[in-house]
Amino acid sequence: MTDQSLLNVVFVGHVDHGKSTVIGRLLGDLNALPDGKLEAVKAMCDRRGMPFEWAFLLDAFQAERDQGITIDTARIFFATDRRRYAIIDAPGHKEFLRNMVTGASGADAAVLIVDAQEGVAEQTRRHALILNLIGIRQVILVVNKMDLVGYAGDRFAAIVEEAESRLLSLGFDRSRLTAIPVAARNGDGIVAAGDKMPWYQGPTLIEALDGLDEKTAPVGLPLRLPVQDIYKFDDRRIIAGKVEAGRLSMGDELLFTPSGHRARVASIEGWPDAATGQTVEAGLSVGLQLDDDIFVERGEVASLPETPPVLADRFRARLFWLSETPLTVGRRLQLMVGTASLAVRVLSIDAVLSSEDLSRDEDREDALRHDVVEVSFEAVRPIALDAFEDSPATGRFILQDQYRVVAGGVVLRDGLTDRRGGAGVKSTNITRVIHSVPTEDRWRMNGHRSGVVWLTGLSGSGKSTLAIALEEALFRKGWQAYVLDGDNIRYGLSGDLGFSPEDRAENIRRVGEVSSLMARAGQIVITAFISPYRSDRDRARAILPDGFHEVFVDTSLAECERRDPKGLYAKARAGEIRDFTGIDAPYEAPETPELRLVTDGREVEENLRELLRYIERQFAL
Amino acid sequence: MTHLDELESRSIHILREAYARIDQLMVLWSLGKDSNVLIWLLRKAFFGHVPIPAVHVDTGKKFPEMYAFRERYKTEWNIRLVTGECPPVEEMDPSLPPAARSAARKTAGLKRLIEREGYNGIIAGIRRDEEGLRAKERVFSPRASSGEWDFRDQPPEFWDLFSAEPAPGCQMRVHPLLHWTELDIWRYIERENIPLVDLYFARDGKRYRSLGDQDITSPIVSDAATVAEIITELQTTKVAERSGRAMDHESEDAFERLRADGYM
Repeated sequence: MTDQSLLNVVFVGHVDHGKSTVIGRLLGDLNALPDGKLEAVKAMCDRRGMPFEWAFLLDAFQAERDQGITIDTARIFFATDRRRYAIIDAPGHKEFLRNMVTGASGADAAVLIVDAQEGVAEQTRRHALILNLIGIRQVILVVNKMDLVGYAGDRFAAIVEEAESRLLSLGFDRSRLTAIPVAARNGDGIVAAGDKMPWYQGPTLIEALDGLDEKTAPVGLPLRLPVQDIYKFDDRRIIAGKVEAGRLSMGDELLFTPSGHRARVASIEGWPDAATGQTVEAGLSVGLQLDDDIFVERGEVASLPETPPVLADRFRARLFWLSETPLTVGRRLQLMVGTASLAVRVLSIDAVLSSEDLSRDEDREDALRHDVVEVSFEAVRPIALDAFEDSPATGRFILQDQYRVVAGGVVLRDGLTDRRGGAGVKSTNITRVIHSVPTEDRWRMNGHRSGVVWLTGLSGSGKSTLAIALEEALFRKGWQAYVLDGDNIRYGLSGDLGFSPEDRAENIRRVGEVSSLMARAGQIVITAFISPYRSDRDRARAILPDGFHEVFVDTSLAECERRDPKGLYAKARAGEIRDFTGIDAPYEAPETPELRLVTDGREVEENLRELLRYIERQFAL
Repeated sequence: MTHLDELESRSIHILREAYARIDQLMVLWSLGKDSNVLIWLLRKAFFGHVPIPAVHVDTGKKFPEMYAFRERYKTEWNIRLVTGECPPVEEMDPSLPPAARSAARKTAGLKRLIEREGYNGIIAGIRRDEEGLRAKERVFSPRASSGEWDFRDQPPEFWDLFSAEPAPGCQMRVHPLLHWTELDIWRYIERENIPLVDLYFARDGKRYRSLGDQDITSPIVSDAATVAEIITELQTTKVAERSGRAMDHESEDAFERLRADGYM
């Protein structure tokens, strides 16, 4: 053995087409079984009065021996002169497709087994579809049980033609397909060619396996490092994660998506050695220190600034649906992509792919268990995504319902548009004007500082009431203060926006910009917006980092619903309003607001006094 | 990147996922070679720290060398050690064969300890190549509150995207070494110079290949007295790793029954 590397090969195919037999024979002929294993299985067969089967070597479960089928994926290791292999035996029975996909998604290549008598069957087609979906590109097609068709070359050719045409139509590359005739029970074509098929000049199964390409880490792709965690075990603040694509070096500037924060790599940490070197590349789990204490959290993706992932909250995907409950439009599920986890909603079911003939059914309104389906999603907030074909690790996902995995899928390039433009600057020929009257001079003139007092809380929590009362109190003191209220802004500045997550984000962005301008003009700006998403508020804070005061008007949902000043909760409960914060849209409470007002059971005056005390302390010169 | 780098990185990724997503997490430290590799990987993943308790479910019948090893490295590696005792064999299912019945004490001890400490995440160093049942395990394997394993209803696992959070009242078994082989473990021990109980190394023509309780584990015939010699031996042997573990061989399904009940 010249190399320690390991190739993971999954064996798939329709039930009873002989996967376990092919593997059992492969191990037997390679003399790769532990001493006594073969004898033990033969003795077991004698004891039970049944003929010996090569498949019994793999099917270790009692239940599988009884029923004669493979329930779950098994793993067997062996080596040739070329390299080591892990064989994944995936079940062919339809009931166990979730186990088949589990085995296949860890594989570097697949062996697809077809019965020479029966030909391409239902699970052959479905397995080919799933192999393609999860990104396996190398396939060895084994036509088994050639002994049962008299080792006939024309039968082999007919099956290969049918199977290959399906694989090619799925997008597999002809140069990465190999077809081999085999009679596993007799050992023909597995390790030795045998003399039964003189018409076949190609490789045996073992030669074809040795001819597969090594897997290669995607070092050449743009850098993708999903943040797993931030560690502060000692005086270091370490950003931990696995480099999924590309490479990263000391001193590189990193852009974190979705936050947009940037910092440089100050060190690449290691243990037991203090540092692991100057550069790390795809495949390695790493830890970094940054040169700046920016706010970064689990779920963000680090990239180089020039080649970022797409920032999107709407995307199209192809997925494999595994739940017994059908997938329908409007369904809410938990998406996990990279290390990010967030709620998504099904906007539309675009097509269900038939495993029969791979046709697209675009009229279906739901997807059933084991369907491969194309779906449009909307996420509660924008996240970092890539098309699967561009960068696999950040372009694939799972969907969870409660604690169960109900689907796995890939992001399609078609329909994936970056929202980053919306929050950034589109025009390029602009230069900021430097004012000759500094904001500090305006403070001296007014007798107080300026800034933004950002009230956030549920609808009905009392934000507007407090904002208006505060504005009046400050005005009577002779201070410059002005309220930006949610409903007022939506009549004018944001009249073109609705209440989808992206419209809410855009609304808050505009309010943040206007607040910042007014604050620079010397005003104490008081805003009263639900602003349910943490990321939106953080973006507003980023516009005026020094003068931003987040005030959490913390009123319980029950209390807000009891008050219901605009009758909106009643309408939301009755289903007349959709996407209502607290009912069917999330509210992400501030974790570290500058001030938290717990209003349940308190008079407005009491809350106002506390708020006013805070403002006077913060804004006095 | 070498094959060992790749194995190590994947294990670290799994450990970090478990740490980020499971609140009452612990690692089983049986003092054997695999669980020492596991502790080593935790220290790599968390830059020298073992941020979760290491649990030794003590049957009271381990080799004296193992207890000495535990006391030494508990201090040296700054490990928060939690030990749990096992109930007497008389309380175990009498229909199990003798060695399996003795091994079942460990499962019962683990269940008591989990109940006492309130753990909902258990990291264990099992590998797919150890034996047929373990080959079918998931990296994140959800268990009922009492630890039973329903192997007929295992969740799918797509790529390295894990459903890691245990459902309320349930526990998650985490298996960061599932993709390693016995030979990988030894090559990694050699590369990283990881200390081991010296029972693994041959004395008087015998050594232990797998360490369990004194009364149900037997040594193999071997002259391999160093890690390098063990690697050479493993490259040619065709004897199964757990051949010295009596409970694996008593009857066809004894081990399956142990695993279904929550055995590691």
